Amino acid sequence: MALTKEQIAQRIARELQDGFYVNLGIGIPTLVANYIPEGIDVVLQSENGLLGMGPFPLEGEEDADLINAGKQTITTIPGSSFFDSAVSFGMIRAGKVDLTVLGAMEVSELGDIANWKIPGKMVKGMGGAMDLVASARNIIVAMMHTNPKGQSKLLPACTLPLTGVKCVKKIVSDLAVLDILPEGGFLLRETAPGVSVDEIKQKTAGRLLVADDVKPMEF
Amino acid sequence: MPQIESTMKKVYKDATDAVADINDGAVLMLGGFGLCGIPENCIAALVAKAVKDLTCISNNAGVDDFGIGLMLQQKQVKKMVSSYVGENEEFERQMLSGELEVELIPQGTLATRCMAAGYGMPAIFTPAGIGTEVAAGKEVRNFKGKDYLLEEAFDADFAIVKAWKGDTEGNLIYRATARNFNPMMAMAGKITIAEVEELVPAGSLDPDMIHTPGIFVHRIFEGKNYEKRIEQRTVRKK
Repeated sequence: MALTKEQIAQRIARELQDGFYVNLGIGIPTLVANYIPEGIDVVLQSENGLLGMGPFPLEGEEDADLINAGKQTITTIPGSSFFDSAVSFGMIRAGKVDLTVLGAMEVSELGDIANWKIPGKMVKGMGGAMDLVASARNIIVAMMHTNPKGQSKLLPACTLPLTGVKCVKKIVSDLAVLDILPEGGFLLRETAPGVSVDEIKQKTAGRLLVADDVKPMEF
Repeated sequence: MPQIESTMKKVYKDATDAVADINDGAVLMLGGFGLCGIPENCIAALVAKAVKDLTCISNNAGVDDFGIGLMLQQKQVKKMVSSYVGENEEFERQMLSGELEVELIPQGTLATRCMAAGYGMPAIFTPAGIGTEVAAGKEVRNFKGKDYLLEEAFDADFAIVKAWKGDTEGNLIYRATARNFNPMMAMAGKITIAEVEELVPAGSLDPDMIHTPGIFVHRIFEGKNYEKRIEQRTVRKK
C-alpha cells in the first residue's frame, strides 16, 4: 500500500535530530510537525519571521498579526522570537537552518528540483523555495512518486522550470525512501509496506539503484 | 523649538494626505506578507486617488478583494515585483493576458534587494536562483567554490509600510509576524510613509525597543478602521 500523506510526514519526522532548526514547506511538509518523535526537540522556522512556531491557535484565539509562511494562523511557544524577512533569509542563507522539508513537482537523479511553475498553466511564484534550496545544508523532499496519470516524477532530468540544482539529498514519496547519490542516481533505501522493489523500479524514470539492505518501512 | 517643528512636519493627517503626491507611474514598495502587516489605509487612499501605471514591489499581490488586489481590480498596476502571487484570480488573468507585467523573484532576494537599498549598497550576491531562469542575464560570480548571482538594490520612489506603534519622530515598532518586509522597505524608500495603529508623542516609546529609527521615516499618520483580514484561519481542537 502506498503511504498516506500523514505517513509520509511521519516517516520524514524520523529524520529529525534533537536541537535541529527546521523549515517546513507548505502541504505535506507542514504535517511533519505533528509527528516529532518523543524526546526530540526541534525549533520550527517560518520564513515570514518566526523562530519557534507553535501549534494552530484555539478557536477565538487567532491573531491576524501572527501567521506562518502558508498564511495560516499559528501561535508562539516559550523561547520564540520574531524578526524581519531580511534576517529570516539571513538565517537561511548562512546555513543556520539544519533541515528544509519541501514539496516538489519533479526531482532529477542529480538532485535538481522543480516546484514553482508550470509554463502556461500555473505561475504562483517561488516564494522562499529558491533561497531555501540554494542554501540549506540538508533538503528532504516530500512528494508523490507519480503524477495522477501514473507518470514518474523522479526523472533523469526535470522538464519543468527549476527551483534549484543539485540540492535534494533525500526523497520520501508515497512509495519509497530514496537517497540521491552525490554522483547522481536514486538509491532505494526503504519501500512502503506492501510495495515491491519492482513496482518502484517501474515507476522511477531516473536511474535507480537498490541498496543491499533495502527494507520495508514500519508504522 | 526646532525639534518640535521638525516633528510636526512628519505627522500627516491621514492616508489621503500622506499619499497626495504619489502620481501615475510611481515605483512603490509595499510592506506585508500575504495580508499580514499591509498598509491598509494607504492602499485604500491610492485606490480612491485612482493613480495608475504603478510599479509595486511587494512580496504578494493581495487577494481579489483586499490588499493590492484592490488596486489590481482598478487596473492601477503596470508591473508587480513579487515572490508569490497565488490566491488572486484577477492577478492571474491580467498576467496571462499580458495586461500586467510580472517579475517573480525569490523571497530572500526580494528582502535583500530592499535591504541593500536601505543600507546604501548598490547590489548583493545571493545563491538563490543559480541554475534557474531567475539567473538569466545576470552576472554570476564564484566565491569559495560556490556560484552567486549579482542582484541589484531596488530603486523605489515611495516605501509604504505599516507598523504597530509609532511616535511623532517617526520611530516604529512592529508586532509579531506583521513585521516581515516592513523594516527594510522603510529604510529603502526615497520617501517613506508609515501608517501605524497607534501614534504616540516622542518620548513615549522605549528607545531600546525601536525597530525602525525615525530618520528613515518621512511621513507618519495614525491609521483607522484596520480590518486585518486573516487569509487562512486555522485552529486546533481543545
